[in-house]
Amino acid sequence: MKAIQNIGLSLFLAGLAIFTILPLIGSYKISSEKLDEIVRNKGIKSELFIEDLQANMVGKEFTNPFTFSSTIISAIENANEKHKANSEWDKVIWDKKHSFSYNIAKDVGSGPVQENKGLFWWLTFGLGIIGSLLFIIPELYRKPIPGIKNNGIWLNPSTNRGWIAWFAFVFLVGFYILLYFYPDYIVNWTYIVDPISESISGNRASQWFLYGFMYCTVMTVMAIRMYIKYRHNKYQMLRTTSVLFFQIVFAFLIPEIMVSFEMPWYDFKNAFPLDYDFFFQWNIKDLINSGGIGIFILVWGILLTIVVVPVMVYFFGKRWYCSWVCGCGGLAETLGDPYRQLSDKSLRSWKVERWLIHGVLVFAVVMTGMTLYAFFTGADTVLGIKTQTIQDIYGFLIGSIFAGVIGTGFYPIFGNRVWCRFGCPLAAYLGIVQRFKSKFRITTNGGQCISCGNCSTYCEQGIDVRAYAQKGQNIVRSSCVGCGICSAVCPRGVLKLENGTDDGDTRHKVPEVILGNDMDLFEMLEENK
Amino acid sequence: MEHIVIIGNGISGVTAARHIRKNSDKRITIISAETEYFFSRTALMYIYMGHMKFEHTQPYENWFWKKNRIELKKGFVKTIKDTSKELVFASGETLKYDKLIIATGSKPNKFGWPGQDLDGVMGMYHKQDLENLEKFAPNNKVCKRAVIVGGGLIGIELAEMLQSRDIPVTFLVREKSFWNGVLPAGESAMINEHIKEHHIDLRLGVNLQEIKADEHGKVKSIVIQETGEEIECSVVGLTAGVSPNVDFLKDSNIEIGRGVKVNRMLKTNVKDVYAIGDCAEQHEAIGNRRPIEAVWYTGRMMGETVAQTICGNPKEYNPGHWFNSAKFLDIEYQTYGWVFGERGRPEYEQHFHWKHPKEHLCITIAFHKETNLFLGINTFGIRMRHHAFDKWLTEKRSVEYVLEHLADANFDPEFYKLHEKDIVAQFNQEHNTNIQLKKRSWKRIFQFS
Repeated sequence: MKAIQNIGLSLFLAGLAIFTILPLIGSYKISSEKLDEIVRNKGIKSELFIEDLQANMVGKEFTNPFTFSSTIISAIENANEKHKANSEWDKVIWDKKHSFSYNIAKDVGSGPVQENKGLFWWLTFGLGIIGSLLFIIPELYRKPIPGIKNNGIWLNPSTNRGWIAWFAFVFLVGFYILLYFYPDYIVNWTYIVDPISESISGNRASQWFLYGFMYCTVMTVMAIRMYIKYRHNKYQMLRTTSVLFFQIVFAFLIPEIMVSFEMPWYDFKNAFPLDYDFFFQWNIKDLINSGGIGIFILVWGILLTIVVVPVMVYFFGKRWYCSWVCGCGGLAETLGDPYRQLSDKSLRSWKVERWLIHGVLVFAVVMTGMTLYAFFTGADTVLGIKTQTIQDIYGFLIGSIFAGVIGTGFYPIFGNRVWCRFGCPLAAYLGIVQRFKSKFRITTNGGQCISCGNCSTYCEQGIDVRAYAQKGQNIVRSSCVGCGICSAVCPRGVLKLENGTDDGDTRHKVPEVILGNDMDLFEMLEENK
Repeated sequence: MEHIVIIGNGISGVTAARHIRKNSDKRITIISAETEYFFSRTALMYIYMGHMKFEHTQPYENWFWKKNRIELKKGFVKTIKDTSKELVFASGETLKYDKLIIATGSKPNKFGWPGQDLDGVMGMYHKQDLENLEKFAPNNKVCKRAVIVGGGLIGIELAEMLQSRDIPVTFLVREKSFWNGVLPAGESAMINEHIKEHHIDLRLGVNLQEIKADEHGKVKSIVIQETGEEIECSVVGLTAGVSPNVDFLKDSNIEIGRGVKVNRMLKTNVKDVYAIGDCAEQHEAIGNRRPIEAVWYTGRMMGETVAQTICGNPKEYNPGHWFNSAKFLDIEYQTYGWVFGERGRPEYEQHFHWKHPKEHLCITIAFHKETNLFLGINTFGIRMRHHAFDKWLTEKRSVEYVLEHLADANFDPEFYKLHEKDIVAQFNQEHNTNIQLKKRSWKRIFQFS
């Protein structure tokens, strides 16, 4: 079994290595006909840009995406500088530079990857998937008796912030930076999923399709790992199935299929304010312009946020979303499961968490307020601040850096829920409801807690569960996403996730008698008078 | 300001300190020779297994003590001069106290086996034991086999620890069946089976004769008394129970039996000296409890109680209904009230036993043969709600009532398969009754608290 696992690991690493060097294969060449086509399609009016490209690019072969992109980008920058100086605003190219360059590169790339998409899919995704499964599935035979075994997690360099973790950290952060900011460098990655994209929506793959496909693949493979590890725990089995379903069907397939029917791309489970650009001008206009379905989406989006979310949280706690439905939560619960013990449980981190997450919520709400004000009044500034600027700052800082680069990239170092815990504005909103008006709590089982600390260690949200359990207090915390792992790892059966009645008292009260000390509370009250 | 000195920073001592601080402004000092800061002894095993790091076993962050003005002193108390209210440390240093709480816990039992002090022989109780284990059994290359001597909870935990590093384990148990002094026969048999299922070499009904050394004074093998068989091993774990850690009191006026003798107020025979936790021995046992209870939660309860007394609210130690829990490899165990094993079972105690046909799940309910009064329950692989049984025991409910409301007491995670129907059906069949299981009711459940 160990041998099979080692073969699996080798295959996985081989797939990863090929994937990593893929962007460096092949070449990019613009013909003069292609240039004309680009100018026509993009509606470019800058003669400076066209001349620059004609002189420096047409007919030349670029053997890597970096020089290819930098040539295009410097052409844009030089042209824009002069046009702006001359106030020729209609000639300025406003597109995001790397997206602009991505679109061209995708069209003109050639080489083995582009010509053998299927083969390279197998050499990357294929080897990765097969290798991972060969590594994961033998666990069933190595540990035939079900039961959670976190054996060796803190002794393993991949899960104890050792060298493997730092390597994974650099890799993931690098991946997200390329994905969000330099798509033009990773066209080769998008080629290998073109056939899949074309079969679903009819379009070639963008970097976002690549990401979506990869996300689903990683979640599926790691969900299999979850199924094996927690196979005796029905709560974990169902929860894993649920997040997997919502990711694949709602976040991936439905939006792509909608696109193939020329409807807007929309993820029906993605509630505002996590879906922070829902109320952006372009989105609202898009939706209104796409007829009945657009209006339906608009109404659903608003209902989801103001009715469905709080009502569901009232009955089930925020877990119905964070660990049963949400895509970010889905990745955290599958890919992130081996890293959950890394979350910081210190009081200091709790303080930081509360300021940060509520700060992001306020930021999102204020931005949306400004955006809607701008939408209805037609003004593009509020109190002298450009709405667009605020949107750009939010999109960059929160949408890209926090949610993506930090959110996932930091898994191997700070645990798997960095984004959910410190940054997600929707989690903050759900949390406020959960804390003050919900039937959900984690019940602690009287005096059975032995303070071993497994619950706190394995809480991905950094809640010091033990601190409550040893006092016999129910846990009513806004950050709890209800993953249920504290209950699963408890060796004494002390913790249970419950949706009971909510008359205030039953959620918060500590039953003193249960601590075992059979004190007569009434007598004590009398004495202390 | 009155100076309260506590010897021992385990759960008892620390709970006492915390509650004294909660209720007063007295000066508090905790002394320990084992570790600088409080940690949960119960979690030591998880450090070796790699589930946690040592820091995770510390329930309070390091700043907690200073912030709460609890002084921590690292040192080993050699003697107590109770007449001058003074402690003498091994270093020669002394410390004055106004009130003293002895909370020194236990030490592993050794029965004078030849070779019991060799290198590679250890208990599993102190942090130092863990460091020893890490030294002598870091992996299965250094440690080809380990032998554990003595059944019980620490023994099976040590077996699980060694197993987590793929070290073969031979487990010598004196009894004919594992932990059968406590567990009824059916349950004990199930655990035997489970231990073997984990490929642990369980030897029942055997005693250790001697531990043999190699030329470096390190353990080489052990010999079994009954068969004379010699088993090669690199590590021997001694887990034949624990006894109070009170040797340092022999030269004082404080009365000791097996432990420090205390009354219900947890006072010793010497004024202003108290003892709590594993090292305290009640003059008379409370109810069915033993005079010395080396249980985690009773240590905590005594800590709370003594803190009340010291803060001017004198209180008797009154530990409510018995409960406990453990985990045998993958099987969780909980008990509420009293369910006796074969040994020491009162003649009026009747058992109802239900076992799942395939899985390692079972329960035993003890009740009074004549009155049908519910006495206690053991559960294996099914979690039960402490509130429920505590209330039912107080209300002196009948076994029929308990079975009828069993659904209220289930504490398994959501979506788990429920077994109450099968349990009740079997009871009805065996006792010719017609008990109808009631649906779970939140209203009743929350009346518990």
